Amino acid sequence: MSHFTKKSKAKPEISTASLPDIIFMLLIFFMVTTVLREQEVQVRTILPQAEALTKIEQKRYVSYVWMGPEKLPGNRVGETKVQIDDAVIEDLTNVRSIMYRKLNEQPRLIVSLRVDEESEMGVVTDVQGELRKAGTLRISYSSRRDISNI
Amino acid sequence: MSILAKKKKRQGAEIPTSSMADIAFLLLIFFLVTTTIDVDTGIGMTLPPEPDETTPPPPVSDRNMLKILINAQGQVLLEDLPSSVAQIRSEVLTHVQNNGVDARYSDSPSKAVVSIKTDRLTPYNLYIQTLDEVWMAYFEIWDTEARSLGHANYVEYRSNLADGAENEIREKWPAQVSLAEPDPGN
Repeated sequence: MSHFTKKSKAKPEISTASLPDIIFMLLIFFMVTTVLREQEVQVRTILPQAEALTKIEQKRYVSYVWMGPEKLPGNRVGETKVQIDDAVIEDLTNVRSIMYRKLNEQPRLIVSLRVDEESEMGVVTDVQGELRKAGTLRISYSSRRDISNI
Repeated sequence: MSILAKKKKRQGAEIPTSSMADIAFLLLIFFLVTTTIDVDTGIGMTLPPEPDETTPPPPVSDRNMLKILINAQGQVLLEDLPSSVAQIRSEVLTHVQNNGVDARYSDSPSKAVVSIKTDRLTPYNLYIQTLDEVWMAYFEIWDTEARSLGHANYVEYRSNLADGAENEIREKWPAQVSLAEPDPGN
């Protein structure tokens, strides 16, 4: 009898039966949080640095507008272009209809303007004018924190 | 005998589950790598609604308006005086907190308006720096107000604010930043 107790003590093993369940739970968490629809940005956007930043926590309200010089093959950049979702917008009056449609789908829409720091105000003003006409008034000038200050 | 043995063997057949964890791990690593948890940060603004032709814009007296003008060369004009980006913050602070003391600045914080006007050729970087300085001035005011109410800072005050409760600091010191239509430029 004493022989038996000794044997059971010699092999204390952690049960690994629930391991797949734990991993699956983590897996499902990451699957849910992953955003796979990552747009191919066709313009260069090096964001300006700023201090007075606010975070946009509700990612589903955000719609991006990229503005900056168009990326060309061979590390060259072309003229300043505006991109919404996957398409480069040639005629800026189209911004209005696109944003109007998006606003109907999401009334609390925030438009995040991701503008290259070397752009000029002209294109930004034009896009803002179209946003005003579409009624999408909540905007955010996407900027990054100044790293040298930390 | 042989039939019986065969049957027994089939009943005991099971899918091996020992590799299940490995497969799940592989998938997990894939999603871990592809997930980007980046929070978009930026300077928030609310654009004015499209002007209505029948209703003129609300009149703002000259003393309540702090005019910031940035031209295509990146030169800053603060209330018609040549200035620099670094001076904007202190100027906004005195303008908003004036409370009618100095005749050149605002009557009261609720009436104070900061107007930013740019040229079509103004560098965007400079515009953001200007906007940043203006907002930093307001953040400073809000921080001071939050500390006088017994909070560590404005961010802490706002995060402790109950849902739907009025933001009294913003109510007392409203940030009124106006973006003027730029000059057509050359």
